[in-house]
Amino acid sequence: MEATVQKRNGSTRARKLMRDLGILPILIVIAVLFSFTTTTFLTTNNLVNILRQASINIVLAVGMTLVILTGGIDLSVGSALAVTAVVGLLTSLNPSLQWGTVLFPLLAGLIIGLVNGLLVAYVKLPPFIATLGTMTTFRGVSYLLPDGTTVINNNLNFAWVGNNYLGPIPWLVVIAFIIVLLAWFLLRKTVLGVRIYAVGGNAQAARLTGIKVGFVLVFVYAVTGLLCGLGGVMTASRLYSASGLLGNGYELDAIAAVILGGTSVVGGIGSVGGTLIGALIMAVLNNGLTLMNVSFFWQMVIRGIVIILAVTIDKFRTRSTV
Amino acid sequence: MPNEANNVILSVRNISKRFPGVQALSSVSLDFRSGEVHVLMGENGAGKSTLMKLLAGIYECDEGEIILEGVPVKMENPLKAQLLGINLINQELNIAGNLTVAENVFMGNEPSRFGLVDRVQMAERAKDALAKLGSQFPVDVTAGSLSIAEQQQIEIARSIVHNGKILIMDEPTAALSDRETERLFELILSLRAKGMAIIYISHRLAEVGIIADQVSVLRDGAYIGTLRKPNLDNGEIVRMMVGRELTDFYKHEVSTTLTPNRLVVNKITDGKRVKPTSFSVAGGEILALSGLVGSGRTEMARLIFGADKRTSGEIWIDGHKVHIESPIDAIRHGIGYVPEDRKSLGLFLEMSGHENITMNVMDKTSSGGILSRKKNDDITKGAIERLQIRIASPRTKALSLSGGNQQKLLLARWLEIKPKAIILDEPTRGVDVGAKSEIYKLIGEIARQGVAVVFISSELPEVVGIAQRVLVMRNGGIVAEITDKKDITQEKIMAYATGVEPPQPAYIR
Repeated sequence: MEATVQKRNGSTRARKLMRDLGILPILIVIAVLFSFTTTTFLTTNNLVNILRQASINIVLAVGMTLVILTGGIDLSVGSALAVTAVVGLLTSLNPSLQWGTVLFPLLAGLIIGLVNGLLVAYVKLPPFIATLGTMTTFRGVSYLLPDGTTVINNNLNFAWVGNNYLGPIPWLVVIAFIIVLLAWFLLRKTVLGVRIYAVGGNAQAARLTGIKVGFVLVFVYAVTGLLCGLGGVMTASRLYSASGLLGNGYELDAIAAVILGGTSVVGGIGSVGGTLIGALIMAVLNNGLTLMNVSFFWQMVIRGIVIILAVTIDKFRTRSTV
Repeated sequence: MPNEANNVILSVRNISKRFPGVQALSSVSLDFRSGEVHVLMGENGAGKSTLMKLLAGIYECDEGEIILEGVPVKMENPLKAQLLGINLINQELNIAGNLTVAENVFMGNEPSRFGLVDRVQMAERAKDALAKLGSQFPVDVTAGSLSIAEQQQIEIARSIVHNGKILIMDEPTAALSDRETERLFELILSLRAKGMAIIYISHRLAEVGIIADQVSVLRDGAYIGTLRKPNLDNGEIVRMMVGRELTDFYKHEVSTTLTPNRLVVNKITDGKRVKPTSFSVAGGEILALSGLVGSGRTEMARLIFGADKRTSGEIWIDGHKVHIESPIDAIRHGIGYVPEDRKSLGLFLEMSGHENITMNVMDKTSSGGILSRKKNDDITKGAIERLQIRIASPRTKALSLSGGNQQKLLLARWLEIKPKAIILDEPTRGVDVGAKSEIYKLIGEIARQGVAVVFISSELPEVVGIAQRVLVMRNGGIVAEITDKKDITQEKIMAYATGVEPPQPAYIR
């Protein structure tokens, strides 16, 4: 092995391109398939629809990317989303707190994220266990806050988030893409971004290099919590309501998008661009299969298989580029 | 001379292997004999490991043939090789720490009756095999609780239960202490006496004289030559490996002006493995910290660097007492530490050379936390030139570099903090001969810039070769100081390190 990688030749450029493209080809193949098998897939309306459906998962998956890059996992994002959505709705019902309808959910998300981060970084619990605990805890909280009921408010002052457009594009989509860009900037252009990769790649070496590993960990979980808060606002604004039922299983969708996007579950390798494409694959599949009148149960089967296939293909593709 | 007879058991004929972009082996022919230890030497990338992997069925060769006991064979996979009696013990051991010793010995090959694992038979046979090796541990403990040397014995036991005829060992002593190494050599020699053919890959010249019956050298994938006992000459071997003379091997510049007491360590201890220890290093000086593996050198280095918690003691830099609680503090005060285990403690293997080099300074060159591409690129470019790091591009992953170049990445990273003192923990471990020589030169240059260099090494020849002063550690404390260059000899250091020579008066507590 040691000898194989010393020298490079021209064909590496083609391989590098393949590697940089990641699973984009798979997204394209799926999209092309649906544009032939259905008449409505390739319409502007439908494409905007797909993006809107993907937007909340994109926001959560961006946070999940940061966490997984450090070698962690956050199972609590679905619960956190429910709590923050409920907080938003409850706040909106209090006339004197109208200024806080967005702020409070974000704060609630941030606090949940900080709890996760502190448990992982300083109590040193394995992330899977820490967030499994908070997942259950905050799911309970999301039911307790509204006494197990659904909170409804048809006069939400942030309803524009879920329903209005910036030009032709829904605000939900705009927000999701802003988050992707911010995360891309963080990971590619900032010191903290490099350190996230460093901690995920080799936490021991990171510590001996003077990186505040604890801070980096708290940061990624806190940001993920904050993004859950944003996801909560987005969900609540779309539905004009919130309950403890929201966001069930969202953590798995987010993880699936991250893994599809080529981020390594052991940390240190991956990109937010990949995650975006991963989330889009999930959304396109949902949408296309629904248009084809495939039953919900079969959709689940197909989605699962596509995830496994895509990651398998990706595995062989990246192996050949070593 | 035993085995002068033609008892060749395994031969390779004109064997070639290509990987994308590189000819790893070109038309190599070699014979291996039963009852002989055949040492394969060569720098990293010379093709040794590739050849071993071909023999063990991990790779298949493009051309040429492998002949086992006169019959051409195809090594399609590791299992086939094992069935044919060829076992490979990698540098990174193939042990499942959660399983018992017996389960490890029979991993993938569990004796069974009616499809159920026959644990009684398994334990018996494992016990037998380990007894033949003179191992001292029971077969029902988990392998993870054993030392590296003992785990190695488990792997050797594997080849015994498979009735192995050929045992291939890739740098087996890299992680062993001196005593464990001795023990391993005894074992190898006893296997040899039983007629096993042993193929032994090593970087260490010192080992050759002890165990080799013959030494073959590879360079850039080609066969260079074979020396047989009693004509094993170290100088000749090095010449074959690197294509040049041994005389300037340790050659490096030394500083003529020293700044006394650049780094002063006063009675630091962790209350456990490091006894209260004091010493000082001058700026421009190369101080070697010698001693056996486990004598507390690395532990002390980690205390100075703040990587582990010390219970008492002081550290002074340039006459100022500094407060060090963590690596971050140490770095701020200009202390660098290049750890012994560079892959698990130093490098970010999946990250680029560029990122590995600039990791410690990227926050200083940044503005408002945003990376400065220009400044960082300049740093990397400068470091690659100065340290002559052989890397395809600054964006190449650290993973794909040779050991020597990986070590240079780490040195480059630490030089960027402009250290006042730097601790180098086994900086040439796992580094090929050519790169070693370059690292010695680099250490000289670092010292000449006024840095206090603390050089930890288990390889006595290099301690003798480059140290200006030596401190010998034993059982967690310093036992001797050798200040006169002409007194720095392997024998003297070893005498203090092993306790043959009592501690010097100044170091008796």
